[in-house]
Amino acid sequence: MFSTRWQPLNDVWSEMGRLYDEMNRLFDRYGHADPRRRPAPGYPALDLTQDENNLYVEAELPGMELSDLEILVTGNDQLSIKGTRQQPDGEAGVWHRRERMAAEFTRMITLPQPVDPDKVEASLKLGVLTIKLPKREEARPKKITVKTG
Amino acid sequence: MSEIVKQDTRDQLPAVEQTRGTVTYTPRFDILETDDELTLYGDLPGVGPEDLDIRFENDHLLVHAKVPPRHDGREPIYSEYGVGDYYREFRISEAVDAAKISAEMKNGVLTLHLPKAESVKPRRIEVKAE
Repeated sequence: MFSTRWQPLNDVWSEMGRLYDEMNRLFDRYGHADPRRRPAPGYPALDLTQDENNLYVEAELPGMELSDLEILVTGNDQLSIKGTRQQPDGEAGVWHRRERMAAEFTRMITLPQPVDPDKVEASLKLGVLTIKLPKREEARPKKITVKTG
Repeated sequence: MSEIVKQDTRDQLPAVEQTRGTVTYTPRFDILETDDELTLYGDLPGVGPEDLDIRFENDHLLVHAKVPPRHDGREPIYSEYGVGDYYREFRISEAVDAAKISAEMKNGVLTLHLPKAESVKPRRIEVKAE
């Protein structure tokens, strides 16, 4: 005798689930209005902000030290972040889940503002990399004095 | 090991508070099982040990981290990810020695050690030759 309960529609539900996942994956690139939900064009995902004097590039890089990273800024306002993410040693056991990315990566972007490569500072705290790029003189907002008369 | 979403009807656990109206993200985890323990590695960038709330109750492991906003005073230009709290729940089917669970937080990576209860550790059986 069968010992498992026969569930009608079991197969249908799992097929529909699979179809749902496929559709989601297909539309993921185009279907989201919120850019934070689209998969990033490369690893690591970047976040650019600015204030009056500086451009800031932030990336989430957990499990890394600054010495594992190579950060380059060229005179053409290109920034590249390169490194290798190590994975924990799983020799002695069985992986039930692998979701974290672990590999060599390189990401290069062109900055939206001209910066001074000699004054760039980078810090890595709690797995968040923050690169501070002081803007070049010509990019800083200049106050325009309005003469009356 | 299976994972459940947080719509579970256990009344002793409080619902995740959203008092600040922040977004909550699901952090990525790796799970490794060895003879002695289950080791969970979670990516939680921007989180320090004091921001974490980890509980183990009734075979459920709950990880909640508050992440303070980082971009105050700066004007956004382009963003590929958002900053928010982290929450994840795991249902642990192995018998775990709850008193010996330990956790470390380094460089935004949480490592959780869940030692297996003595009774479930694999035991080598000696076979004597007659």
